[in-house]
Amino acid sequence: MSAGGDLLDETAARHLREPWDQLRLAEGRAFALQRAGATFGIWIFIASEVLFFGALFLLYTAMRLEHAADFAAAARETNIVYGTLNTALLLTSGLCAAIASQASEREGLRRLTLWCLALTAGLGLAFMVVKGLEYREDIERHLVPGAGFALKERATQLFFGFYWLSTAIHAIHLSIGIGLVLRLIWKEWRAPGFLFESPQVEVAMLYWGFVDMIWIVLYPMLYLDGRGG
Amino acid sequence: MSGASSDASTLANPRELDLGLPVSYLAEGHSVRSWLFTTDHKRIAILYALSITFFFFIGGAAATLVRLELFTPQGDVVGADTYNKLFSLHGIVMVWFFLIPSIPTTMGNFLLPLMIGARDLAFPKLNLISWYLNLAGGLLTLAAVLAGGIDTGWTFYVPYSTVFSNTFVTLAVLGVFVSGFSTIATGVNFIATVHYLRAPGMTWFRLPLFVWSMYTTSLIFVLATPVLALTLILVIAERTFGLPIFDPARGGDPILFQHLFWFYSHPAVYIMILPAMGVISEVITCYARRRIFGYSFMVYALVAIAVIGFFTWGHHMFTSGMSPFAALVFSFLSFIVAVPSAIKVFNWTATLYRGQIGFESPMLYALGFLGLFTMGGLTGLFLASVPIDVHVQDTYFVVAHFHYIMVGASVSAYFAGLHFWWPKVTGRMYPESWARFAALLMFFGFNLTFFPQFIAGYLGMPRRYYSYPPEFQVWNVLSSSGAAVLAVAYLMPLGYLTWSLFYGSRALNDPWNASGLEWRTTSPPPRQNFFGNPQVLAPPYDYHPEATPPGDEPRIAEEGALT
Amino acid sequence: MLDALIPAFLRPESASVQAAKVDAIFIGLLLISSAIVLLVVGLVVTFAIRFRRGSSAKRGEMPSLVSREFEIGWTAATLFIFLFIFWWAASIEIGAFSAPKDAIEIHVVGKQWMWKTQGPSGTREINELHVPVGAPVRLLLTSQDVIHSFYVPAFRLKRDALPYQQTETWFQATKTGTYHLLCTEYCGTDHSRMLGRVIVMEPQDYAQWLTKQPERDGLAELGERLFSERGCSGCHNAGSKVHAPSLAGIWGQSVPLEGGRTATVDEAYIRDSILQPQRDVVAGYEPIMPSYEGKLSDGEIQALTAYIRHGTDRFDLIGSLNLAPAQNICAPGETTQESAPNQSLRSPAMVPGAPASGDTPP
Repeated sequence: MSAGGDLLDETAARHLREPWDQLRLAEGRAFALQRAGATFGIWIFIASEVLFFGALFLLYTAMRLEHAADFAAAARETNIVYGTLNTALLLTSGLCAAIASQASEREGLRRLTLWCLALTAGLGLAFMVVKGLEYREDIERHLVPGAGFALKERATQLFFGFYWLSTAIHAIHLSIGIGLVLRLIWKEWRAPGFLFESPQVEVAMLYWGFVDMIWIVLYPMLYLDGRGG
Repeated sequence: MSGASSDASTLANPRELDLGLPVSYLAEGHSVRSWLFTTDHKRIAILYALSITFFFFIGGAAATLVRLELFTPQGDVVGADTYNKLFSLHGIVMVWFFLIPSIPTTMGNFLLPLMIGARDLAFPKLNLISWYLNLAGGLLTLAAVLAGGIDTGWTFYVPYSTVFSNTFVTLAVLGVFVSGFSTIATGVNFIATVHYLRAPGMTWFRLPLFVWSMYTTSLIFVLATPVLALTLILVIAERTFGLPIFDPARGGDPILFQHLFWFYSHPAVYIMILPAMGVISEVITCYARRRIFGYSFMVYALVAIAVIGFFTWGHHMFTSGMSPFAALVFSFLSFIVAVPSAIKVFNWTATLYRGQIGFESPMLYALGFLGLFTMGGLTGLFLASVPIDVHVQDTYFVVAHFHYIMVGASVSAYFAGLHFWWPKVTGRMYPESWARFAALLMFFGFNLTFFPQFIAGYLGMPRRYYSYPPEFQVWNVLSSSGAAVLAVAYLMPLGYLTWSLFYGSRALNDPWNASGLEWRTTSPPPRQNFFGNPQVLAPPYDYHPEATPPGDEPRIAEEGALT
Repeated sequence: MLDALIPAFLRPESASVQAAKVDAIFIGLLLISSAIVLLVVGLVVTFAIRFRRGSSAKRGEMPSLVSREFEIGWTAATLFIFLFIFWWAASIEIGAFSAPKDAIEIHVVGKQWMWKTQGPSGTREINELHVPVGAPVRLLLTSQDVIHSFYVPAFRLKRDALPYQQTETWFQATKTGTYHLLCTEYCGTDHSRMLGRVIVMEPQDYAQWLTKQPERDGLAELGERLFSERGCSGCHNAGSKVHAPSLAGIWGQSVPLEGGRTATVDEAYIRDSILQPQRDVVAGYEPIMPSYEGKLSDGEIQALTAYIRHGTDRFDLIGSLNLAPAQNICAPGETTQESAPNQSLRSPAMVPGAPASGDTPP
């Protein structure tokens, strides 16, 4: 208990960064403000990302409106088993991320926080592995736009152009997320107590949640179109 | 106002200079390392100032060659391909590495925390990273130029840029893409700073208009730039991996590119002009010794421009075969977005009424801004009218219009701000008579360069022409002569401002008797910006008590009153 | 009448019905904006002089209410003026959008770096376009490579030519003469040399000019040939065993589609049906037609369209020909014959920088 109490007392001092440490406020208040500022900042960044992916989704919408039949035909060629498995992996990782974020703000839950973070990163890595398998299969089946493309209808190339682009962009985002989570684990390992009340946990987990959310939109676009009914 | 005079004796106010205050941010470390790894928003602003000045003169050199080539109707100075690379270089460098970062990253970085009474931006490390990203992007683009250039124009229209151009498009596009991250990071930083780090008493409606302009610009930074980023990724992917998204030969749609591109690039115009509006509001009030006329309307106008600006992109595409009804909607919104701009012009004009107007160089630039911005804005109405746009789209009329806004207005404001805050940034005064002469020369040279282009455009001269029908020569000769004047005018500040760094007289803390919080500290400010706890007790532009006219007497700076 | 306000050397030549309308609104806008500029600059200069620092001008206090009333006043005033201009420009735009029905139809193909035009009777020109004065002319534009823009300043006319898509516009010349034709969408190295001229002639001169053109197949005739060469006739003719809709007399008709929709048969529909036949299938037919995307050039699609439009009375004739449909079915693009009718150059344009000889086959 005493260790926890120390942790609580030192929390603000440990995490305060410039310029928040010079607000001439009590440390506790300054830290609360810094925390709110960091969270606010990542939300603004997520708003920016929403526009980024929004443009991508708009592209898909426009192209699918024009070539609905070809898109359906092309979407039937994606591997729904891998896609669904990945959705499950990522959603589970989102749950772990949320738990880790909450646990990091409570005393005595250091182990839980760490485990959840590790699980989050692990599930993210599993997603990447599955994605890699899927990519290999796609390449073997000549689903890469260009010469020697497997499907006949012209717009199917558009679909697969979008497929490779969007999954690659998503994978880059996810890799950044995995990097952030691993960094948190490493920091905690180097300096026990780092994660407790650290604004970085919530920031990283919000980002993780956003990357999850993007996949939830991508999944029906890439795997479910053309498979209904 | 006595402080503005170049007479050195009135400046060396020993009482102010010898307060024995801590060292300025400039004196905190002199090593290269102390600059390259600084997290001080003021030092980062200086870094930005250096890099964008570098890019400004590169873009300017390209423009000089372009104007030289256009002196005669035949192509004689450079070849057609070289010409195409020159105007592309000019556009890309000027838009992404000078105009967009210009005011926000230099004055915004330096002044935003000072004006709201903060110690730094909310995320100082992110601020430094964003400078490196900007520099990296610029260098990538320059690498493309050194490798052989890029000839797509700054708009990168597909399928030319993806399928047909054999130049270094990928590298240049990558450069712009990287600099986009810098823009987004700056936007996030500014927004969070304004939300969380305002000093006690600095309510939203006490924010100086410059801060409001930074805030609204940041909104566009954050919400428009990602769309460009994605568009550029698609161009790169199409060139390197052969994705078919925009390739019409494989079912893609090049018009989609234009929609995405202008969804960013039209708001980007407001990125260039909103900060300029902020600077002008600060300068005009100070030299007219007046409160701003209609403060709240000025704020609403900034917000309205930023928001409506997101919905007008289609007016760049009236001739690309869009449905007439879509064209009407975009035309309508383009007229609507002009209303808040007009309101701002009227408010600045009304601010002059019953003032005590001084004509120091920043004010000369600001008055020039008023005229040029009005011209640029009104010619925008011509372009918003569909039938006229069908005639003048992609002619020199458009070129003249956007140069009036981006160069006439925005760069004038940049120079106004540069002179206005120079004493605060460097602690030195510049030679006032040189500065006034440069301001007048710039105004004259600018109009001589760009006004004839309106006429040439209406007569039908298309843009991006390396040789042109001989009947347009007279307008091009006028324009090229003006460009020569303009080039001299732009080089002058480089000379005398550099001179002032070494030989200029020491600046007072508040040489213009201005009202903002940034003047309530030393020139140049210390690392921590303020000595005490800044507290805000009055609305901005408090040059005279409510309901009384401004007096002739310069306000005596009350040292420490607000700090 | 307002034209008189502007000296002649500042006025671009005006030679179409549209030009007069555009000029009218341009001059109107010019007057309004000049008034605004004068007002703003006048006020700024007046205030700057009268209220310069230390001047003796009276500076009474201002009631705090004034600001608000002024703001509302000039917001409303600018809004009203701007909306008025919008309404004015929009009414011209709406009224002038679609071409009259009897317009002469001319196909324009942009290509790095030349303009190819083809009139209704098959007359082909490069970097030149002959049209009669006083008759509406409808332009159907497309491009073979990048985006170009067809610009005739004297007509105040501009429209982008997009690859693999068709755009259209129209004009009616009012004055005979020779006018600039320019490309205004940046298209590469010789963008500034993608010039041509539009020659507006008296109707009788135009008729004479037409008769002097070398005899050749018209667009519709070319389309007719393609119709059988490329296998269209194999399915779409009356005697065909394959269940495909007959195209005789369908131009301008409304046809029922799968799913209860209907479509009007026009350029866009024909084009879509050739390139994306699966998209809008006529009700009661199977979606068996293969896509001809990439297998027909834009010029060929235009020819086919012209055939379906003008040559419908000949369908029965073709139907009675003894073609062997089975050989042609579903074999788009298999004809090795490179159609290069564009090679027959008539007049290398007399403009600076125009290519001396024809283009290479695509």
